[in-house]
Amino acid sequence: MTSTPNATNWTGALRRSAERALPPEKLLPESQPSYVASWIYVFGALTMAALGIIIATGFVLAIMGPTWWHHSSTGHFINSMHLWSVELFFAFMVIHLWGKFFMAAWRGNRVLTWASGVVTFVISIATAFTGYLSQTNYDSQWIATQAKDGINSTGGGALFNVLNFGQMLMWHITLLPLGVGILVVLHVLLVRHRGVVPPFAETKDGVK
Amino acid sequence: MTKAPKRFNPDRDVAPWTGPMRRYDIAKEVTICFLVVALLTVGLAVVFSSPDDKAVTLQQWASATPVDFATTAIAELDGTSGTAGYGGPYNTASPGQSILGVSPSTIIGVHIPVDAAKDFVLSPVAALPDDPLAQQALRSYRSATSTQRATWDAAYETAIASQAASYRDGHLVVPLGNYGPVGVIVNALTQMARSGALDATMLTEQRFFSTDFTKPLLFLSDGNYLANKAAIDHLQGDQWGMMNETGSWPGQAWLWLYTMWYQVPGLSTSPNADLQVWAIMMVLTVVLACIPLIPGLRSIPRWTRVYRLIWRAHYAAKP
Repeated sequence: MTSTPNATNWTGALRRSAERALPPEKLLPESQPSYVASWIYVFGALTMAALGIIIATGFVLAIMGPTWWHHSSTGHFINSMHLWSVELFFAFMVIHLWGKFFMAAWRGNRVLTWASGVVTFVISIATAFTGYLSQTNYDSQWIATQAKDGINSTGGGALFNVLNFGQMLMWHITLLPLGVGILVVLHVLLVRHRGVVPPFAETKDGVK
Repeated sequence: MTKAPKRFNPDRDVAPWTGPMRRYDIAKEVTICFLVVALLTVGLAVVFSSPDDKAVTLQQWASATPVDFATTAIAELDGTSGTAGYGGPYNTASPGQSILGVSPSTIIGVHIPVDAAKDFVLSPVAALPDDPLAQQALRSYRSATSTQRATWDAAYETAIASQAASYRDGHLVVPLGNYGPVGVIVNALTQMARSGALDATMLTEQRFFSTDFTKPLLFLSDGNYLANKAAIDHLQGDQWGMMNETGSWPGQAWLWLYTMWYQVPGLSTSPNADLQVWAIMMVLTVVLACIPLIPGLRSIPRWTRVYRLIWRAHYAAKP
């Protein structure tokens, strides 16, 4: 027995809308336009791969507690992986960003894709920053005492106290990573929805 | 009346792709990327490890440089320290930084109250019940007039700043002066810090469990010990410190633009530098997010033609 679509059913409307925006062949395509043939396209995937390592090592550090890595060689190694995956994440992300800039990748109704990438970059910086504040060592002491002046000058220090280790740790391991995660998913879905931006169409009269 | 169709803008619009397609395996690409990054991360962690300089304690500071510690303590007491004169969100001692006549920290007000004299000096010394001399000095200090206290504070501040000030035989030694009970109070606090008791007292003054290091860190940052250590590690603000890391490890390199503004003459010496730098960075961030909508900026990719390098195979096939 088949049922006819009910226009007043929110769940059905949501499913049909999602299917229209991202049919399976669009979400996970097996082919791409012929111009998708450059190493620059790999940096988006490399950024997500580094994020995966960051999350995995972050899970281990969270399970064992914020000071575990100071007195365990295994902990120190996991912390080192966490640090280097963050360094790689930003390196890949910045190359990805500049690549998309020089492709003018916002063309063709892709403004939201670009903006979501920029916001992800900014929130990633905040996430990394709170990580540096959560190291429970001299580095975090110094960064906290220096950073407080900038944040306090904006009035934000009343809510976001960089000298409060407990508060910064919670931002670092819950709120900010959640924000990065949601934005990355949204960004990738937008990329899949709109597809990869085509090259500028050059003619003898100029770029079209 | 019908609306005229928008004119094609090469910096905003694209023609639908009607050219050939090629096989592309996204799942394979992501998997290979993950394996490569995992191997690279493990390799970097094995070869370079990560820095971990132990946290500086008040005990370490008072033991290594007792005169600097005592100098900071008296500055907290007489209200001349960085924290005592900070302003929001800690106190109302300063109007705070402003831009275009607006001071956000003043508008927000005091949300993390810090009384430098009480929190960093008087209350910790009051927690020393086995030191009757210190308790007597505290009573004298608290019962004195504010003018008298200011006179004692100023006299001790001069004494501890003299070349003759030193730490000998378990005590601060300063030239004689009219500083009343202040010498005993500062000496008691210095002893307390050197024993490690001040670290514990300041952290647990509110409750047994605490994860808030605001007060000990503010006190620590008012002295020179932390800053001198940072200068050796190239972490000061005028050394591009926010993006540096202890030792030779890379730090938060992505903060280079934020840090750069603090090196610019004019901004680096401005009393409102922090707020000005934040304002600049907020504007630049909004501009970056809105590039697709800003005529001129969104044309840069087309003008520079770097895209020809990225899509060189495509353009080579279509001369």
